[in-house]
Amino acid sequence: MDSRRLKRGSSVTTRRIIAYIVLIFVTVLCLFWFYVLFINATRSHSDLTRGFTLIPGGYALANWKSLMGSTQPVLSGMRNSLIIAISAAVLSTYFSTMTAYAIHAYEFKIKNAMFTFILAVMMIPTQVVALGFINLMGRMKLMDTFVPLIIPAIAAPATFFYMKQYMESALPMALLEAARIDGSGEFRTFNSIVLPLMKPAIAVQAIFAFVASWNNYFTPALVLTTDKKKTLPILIAQLRSADFLKFDMGQVYMMIAFSIFPVIIVYLILSKHIVGGVAVGAVKG
Amino acid sequence: MKKKIVSIMLTAAMTATLLAGCGGAAADTAAPAAADAAAPADEAAPADEAAPADEAAPADEAAPADDAAAADSAADTATASDEGKVLNIQCWNEEFKSRVTDHYPGYEADASDPNSGKIGDVTVKWIITPTDDNAYQNHLDEILPTNESAAADDKVDIFLVEADYALKYVNADPAVAMSMDDLGIAAADISDQYKYTQDIVTDTNGKLRGLSWQACSAGLIYNRDIAKEVLGTEEPEEVQEKVKDWATFNKTAEDLKKAGYFVESTVNDSYRVYSNNVSKPWVDGTTVQIDPNIEKWVEDSKALVDAKETNTYDLWSDDWNKGFYPEGKVFAYFGPAWLINFCMAADTEGSVANAGRWGLCVGPQSFYWGGTWICGATGTDNPTLVKDIMLTMTTDKAVLREIVEKDSDCVNSPSLLGELAADTSFGNKILGGQNPYKQLADGAEKVDMSKISDYDQGCNESFQAAMKDYFEGKVDYDKAVANFQTAVKEKYPELSF
Amino acid sequence: MDGGKKKSGSSNVVKYNKWGYIFLLPFMIVYAVFQLIPFVSTIYYSFFENYRSGLKQIGPNFIGMENYATLLSNADIWKYTENTFVMWILGFIPQIIVSLLLAAWFSDPSLRIKGQRFFKTVIYLPNLIMAAAFAMLFFTLFADSGPINSMLMQAGLISEPYKFMSNTGSARMLVGFMNFLMWFGNTTILLLAGMMGIDTSLFEAAEVDGATSNQIFWRITMPLLRPIFVFVLITSLIGGLQMFDVPQILTAGEGAPDRTTMTLIMFLNKHLFNKNYGMSGALSVILLIVTGILSFAVYKFTSNQND
Repeated sequence: MDSRRLKRGSSVTTRRIIAYIVLIFVTVLCLFWFYVLFINATRSHSDLTRGFTLIPGGYALANWKSLMGSTQPVLSGMRNSLIIAISAAVLSTYFSTMTAYAIHAYEFKIKNAMFTFILAVMMIPTQVVALGFINLMGRMKLMDTFVPLIIPAIAAPATFFYMKQYMESALPMALLEAARIDGSGEFRTFNSIVLPLMKPAIAVQAIFAFVASWNNYFTPALVLTTDKKKTLPILIAQLRSADFLKFDMGQVYMMIAFSIFPVIIVYLILSKHIVGGVAVGAVKG
Repeated sequence: MKKKIVSIMLTAAMTATLLAGCGGAAADTAAPAAADAAAPADEAAPADEAAPADEAAPADEAAPADDAAAADSAADTATASDEGKVLNIQCWNEEFKSRVTDHYPGYEADASDPNSGKIGDVTVKWIITPTDDNAYQNHLDEILPTNESAAADDKVDIFLVEADYALKYVNADPAVAMSMDDLGIAAADISDQYKYTQDIVTDTNGKLRGLSWQACSAGLIYNRDIAKEVLGTEEPEEVQEKVKDWATFNKTAEDLKKAGYFVESTVNDSYRVYSNNVSKPWVDGTTVQIDPNIEKWVEDSKALVDAKETNTYDLWSDDWNKGFYPEGKVFAYFGPAWLINFCMAADTEGSVANAGRWGLCVGPQSFYWGGTWICGATGTDNPTLVKDIMLTMTTDKAVLREIVEKDSDCVNSPSLLGELAADTSFGNKILGGQNPYKQLADGAEKVDMSKISDYDQGCNESFQAAMKDYFEGKVDYDKAVANFQTAVKEKYPELSF
Repeated sequence: MDGGKKKSGSSNVVKYNKWGYIFLLPFMIVYAVFQLIPFVSTIYYSFFENYRSGLKQIGPNFIGMENYATLLSNADIWKYTENTFVMWILGFIPQIIVSLLLAAWFSDPSLRIKGQRFFKTVIYLPNLIMAAAFAMLFFTLFADSGPINSMLMQAGLISEPYKFMSNTGSARMLVGFMNFLMWFGNTTILLLAGMMGIDTSLFEAAEVDGATSNQIFWRITMPLLRPIFVFVLITSLIGGLQMFDVPQILTAGEGAPDRTTMTLIMFLNKHLFNKNYGMSGALSVILLIVTGILSFAVYKFTSNQND
């Protein structure tokens, strides 16, 4: 009995040690690249050509200045990315909740057909309709505007589906009936009762929608052509082309850092809600 | 069946729902933050930030132009004020912008926006689209045909083209580039220019539709320190003896290799030298053909790569430009004057150019590279200003001399180049005080642009990319050619082999 | 009483039914305009010869199935399909293994892993990074004379730079590795949530019966995780089919070397970019069919095993 417990105990310790080693390895694997990026963004081009060091250089400010002085419109890129991603996140969550509410709270003829339809189209990759999309936008004179990147977020099947599922567990019909008895209009009920109840789901989906839009490269690259309207991913991709920047790698690293680090900081602030909620939610479930 | 899918999705989504757990607070913080961020961005959005700069500016340069009216350009600027208020210039890099900024009288750069400026009360907008993968051409193709019906402030007024695809825009039907007649530029105004720079932008009916300030003859730019160490001399004439033809060049490459140097940074450096000396154009009608001299490039380059005497980097890549610094161990680059002053990091401490240790000689075969032509776009609402920019930048000898002095460009004026070549006091700092104009002027006389086609950029780009795999031993030659053909078909569905 | 209330409730719902349509309207309109019409016109375009030749527009001329014939008779499309799959698998296999392992450890009460919040935060981090920036970063880091090569050389592991981008194996590995890095955190969290959702009394019962933790994992946890597995597999597969940003930016759209990292969407992008509408239409339709078949096959395969 005693020896068995001992054996068991030691095997747990061994497993724990292995687990920690692997976890630390994985952590390093995840963070290493950002560390290198950070180091390189602080070094000058001629330092960079001489090989890699582990210590930051003193050129961060110089690189930043040359980035700001370059023709790459990074500031407007950041602004454009923010406008598009935030608008898309807001529209996507608001209207997906509304759509889900329609399916969840009402009985009407085409309800089930609609539900199946939305589930079916969830699988269609956006890229395969890109051709028709671009052509249509051209005809509607919407090319090189933000509209094609923001408005379609209203119809987001995956977000809809998530909201629908969440409503099943978090939105009792009795509450809505009570609101009706109190004389609340349907639209007001949705805005003042349903939306607040859906907050946790909206938060998660808003973050996902934001990130998806923020990272999107395929569609914006086809839609936006004016420098001042380009989003960050397009500007980053342009670094691969020859004529820019006159090969100042310090500046290139600074630009990558500029497009990555703000997101990391926001993420670290919100991570408690994004990742931390998982365990709590799971226990509740 | 459907039910099962749904049930799986449900389970999965439920799981996802669990993630929602306690995310409530996140929504609270995220939503107002969203509103905050969007609002100031909107205010900042309009492009007319130039306004204050505009009010401050006119005093010194633009104002005298208005009343003086004696000088040619003054009259033009005055007329221009009756025309469009925005001058849109389409280009693929900053070269022309910096020329105009530095040398066009009355141009005011906008401190807050590097891509705009002012000439008098006309706002100049620089629209930069990178060349790669035909992106710049695709952009022009899209906007130029409808330029006349575009809104006044969106009309393209000037667009720049390169030799590789100039014909496409020069011969376009209906015309997209204004002829000199339409612009009111007389033959006498532009007589002091190299003939080839006009041939290349002359359409099939003999109408000239563009002008250039550059003569883009090129040469072999070598690292003087390496030349001295390995070849025992750094004098252009003597170095030329070691690279005078391809056989000698390849032999010199062996010596350089023994000393630990690469003869050129990449095989793509010498590509232009071969491709400029072809006997037939890339495309005949709609048939793509590979010239024997291009095949010779492949053969010679493969040998150099196999002997590790050079590399297979892409031109313009970070790897490629390592040789701009002594650590890169690169003996030579092939290039024209603009490469020396515009690209070789002359203002970066520690570069070879900064130390003035490059030299220039003719190299194995004479060739040209690039060159930028200015075209007035059909439909422009600023024809007077366009005309003035074209004339000032390409024919005004004072401006051209400034360009030589400031940027060491090789300018499009035989008479000025002749004066410079004869001027013994003139030396280029980057080239260690060497006067390159004798060679460049000679080279410019020899440039032959009769073998160009509309498709050169796409073909050149795809051919070099496809051959890279062959040089690195990933595929055999036939496969590389097949890959080249695939890439060309993707870019130009109308072509065949 | 209860029954009566329910009845009156449902009649109320009938009264309000028109609101169902009203609330559905925004979705329907936007979906119809931005997805459905483009979808139909994409199919329509695929039957035409329609491209831009320089400044001129060729077509549209109706040519029936010729675009499809051209695409399918050419070996290229099969090659790109293979590339896409190989790179997807290179990312997916390590992703699923590592995710399972981490989720198992995180959820194992006997291990009591400390700092779980920290680790979860870190592994989820790469998922939020712009794929474009991440690919550009890797491109600069793994360039022939980039930091990774200079580190390896400083460490004496190699004597001359290894050309990561010029070898099929290493270029594909890089793409796979980046996909792995970006997605394993997400998968871990999904699987973990699934594991935490399993009724703990099952584990307790098994432990009382003397099952080892290995047995518990394979006999109890895994079968119960199957639905989440299928979800992860399907979404990852569809995500894999759409693979674009990473290889596009890593190879500047060339799919080098020898087009062995060219994915289907990169191929589509080439046609779209060069305004060859006929070809891109046909390619889109083929991609759509492939996506449908794959989702169905994966689903079928995994659910059959279940029965």
